[in-house]
Amino acid sequence: MNTAVRCENLTKIYDTGEQTVTALNGVNLNIKLGELMMLVGPSGCGKTTLISVIAGILDQSSGLCELFGENLLTMKSKEKLRFRAEKIGFVFQAFNLLPALNAAENVAVPLIINGTKRSLAIRKAIEILERVGLGERWNSYPSQLSGGQQQRVAIARALVHSPNLIVCDEPTSALDHRSGHNVMNLLKEVAIDKNRALVIVTHDARIFEFADRIAEMDDGHIIDVR
Amino acid sequence: MNYIAIQMLMGDKGKYIGIVMGLTFASLIMTQQPAIFMGLMARSYSFLTDVGLPDIWVMDNKVQFIDDIKPLQDTELYRVRGVSGVEWAMPMYKGMLKARLADGTFQNCNVIGLDDTTLIGAPATLLEGSLADLRRSDSVIIDIDGATEKLAKPSTMKGGKKMPLKVGDTLELNDKRAIIVGIAKVTRTFQSQPVVYTTYSRAKTYAPRERKLLSFVLVKAKQGQNLKELTQRIQAKTGLSAYTTQEFMDLTFTYFMKNTGIPINFGISVTLGFIVGAAIAGQTFYNFTLENIRQFGVLKAMGTSNWTLLRMILLQALLVGSIGYGMGVGLTALFGYLMRHSILAFKFPWQLLLFSGLGVGFICMLAALISILKVIRLEPAIVFKG
Repeated sequence: MNTAVRCENLTKIYDTGEQTVTALNGVNLNIKLGELMMLVGPSGCGKTTLISVIAGILDQSSGLCELFGENLLTMKSKEKLRFRAEKIGFVFQAFNLLPALNAAENVAVPLIINGTKRSLAIRKAIEILERVGLGERWNSYPSQLSGGQQQRVAIARALVHSPNLIVCDEPTSALDHRSGHNVMNLLKEVAIDKNRALVIVTHDARIFEFADRIAEMDDGHIIDVR
Repeated sequence: MNYIAIQMLMGDKGKYIGIVMGLTFASLIMTQQPAIFMGLMARSYSFLTDVGLPDIWVMDNKVQFIDDIKPLQDTELYRVRGVSGVEWAMPMYKGMLKARLADGTFQNCNVIGLDDTTLIGAPATLLEGSLADLRRSDSVIIDIDGATEKLAKPSTMKGGKKMPLKVGDTLELNDKRAIIVGIAKVTRTFQSQPVVYTTYSRAKTYAPRERKLLSFVLVKAKQGQNLKELTQRIQAKTGLSAYTTQEFMDLTFTYFMKNTGIPINFGISVTLGFIVGAAIAGQTFYNFTLENIRQFGVLKAMGTSNWTLLRMILLQALLVGSIGYGMGVGLTALFGYLMRHSILAFKFPWQLLLFSGLGVGFICMLAALISILKVIRLEPAIVFKG
């Protein structure tokens, strides 16, 4: 099977009590393994909701969302957590590194969540930090790193447990043009794999060139995939 | 994950110290004020703990506490001695008399008259002089606190420090001469009045003339006697009240608890301290969790279970709680140590450690519980918000 993500008629409605907001309205999308898919569109179009559902951290209201053939909605909470911990890596807009942990410890977090011993996790984290060019900064704290370096650490953290899907939320929006390009080059270089798919939510047109396919969203729909 | 929890807690030194200080304050208030209260209450019966030899105290039926003296006739002593199971019974006088000081002022003193022959009830620790000297004419033994404070002689220089009374100095008790033959170390009493020990017969000469002057009959039970049964027997045979030392202490303690404002005053300060401490510590810990909510969200998104996050928060609460409690209790102990020679009452029993430990534990668990609810309800999708 080479389909990483399959969404069919996906709907997400937020009910605040006073009003209902339809964030996703019948989304159909397939993402293949080895593919870098970008989700683009204006603010509030449903991009973040879609990757939240794809990443299994938000349940859809209706429709189907399968990851590697597994329907997360039917999974028990514990299975879903394990699935997320093993199969998915995250890169966030605001990096979301734990400020009290150094780079290696931050990168080691997914391994520790998966039950790897801390010493072994740190060793693996340092190896992956070397791959992203930060081997010598493994002992630095997030506050001692530049924005670009922090995002590299975040990428290393997303990769360290060899997930099959990496979801990136605006990975370059907090970076300058050059750092953004470096980060995308790095993602292309180290993250793309025939057994892995990348979904990147962005409205940074400067990085569209890195996408294999671009899905354009508006008002909760996918209006174009190119 | 425990390591991550500890690092998260200690990563921001300012917040970490803030939480620990809040709990230290709560723990300090919860131990220091009750320790003073316990010390004060222990002073209400300190005279009883100082007189260690007798098993039973016999007194008038209407006596409510140790300083509530309702004198008996001397003949009651012989009636008590006649009760079976009594090894010995000795008289004791206890009363407040005015001592005239060298500068002409008066000072109320707690005068204790001991059995002339055995001197039973005498202070256990003599710092100066000899107990046997109490048999010399006009002799008294006074306590060190009285000698150095309330009974001390004025300085020969204007504004100078008072000079402590010493062996050989004299006092006037009810216009009669009293020569100091010894200085004793005794536990301070509730009123902290100077204590003057003399013989029973001499105490009667110091005391204002009254028909009855016997305050207590001190009783030692024969070996193997059941004290409860003996007190009942003494009561039945003499019509007087008889209490074991512990019962008399409890009677005195209960009187002070019921009839003085001390428990309410201290209760209010302890309760306020607990509430303020809980509010500070709880608020700081909750704020800490709120400020780290995004980090918890990241961990949750990455697949950390609520149970693991709960354990992390409990560990953080336990850690700050233990450190805060230790520091608070340490400060209280230091306070007690530094005040050991002062007039301040202070008693720090293990029950108080337990009470404050439970109190701090409760505060931490409450703060952790509120934080846990916040984290459990947390939507991990928060991490995608910029």
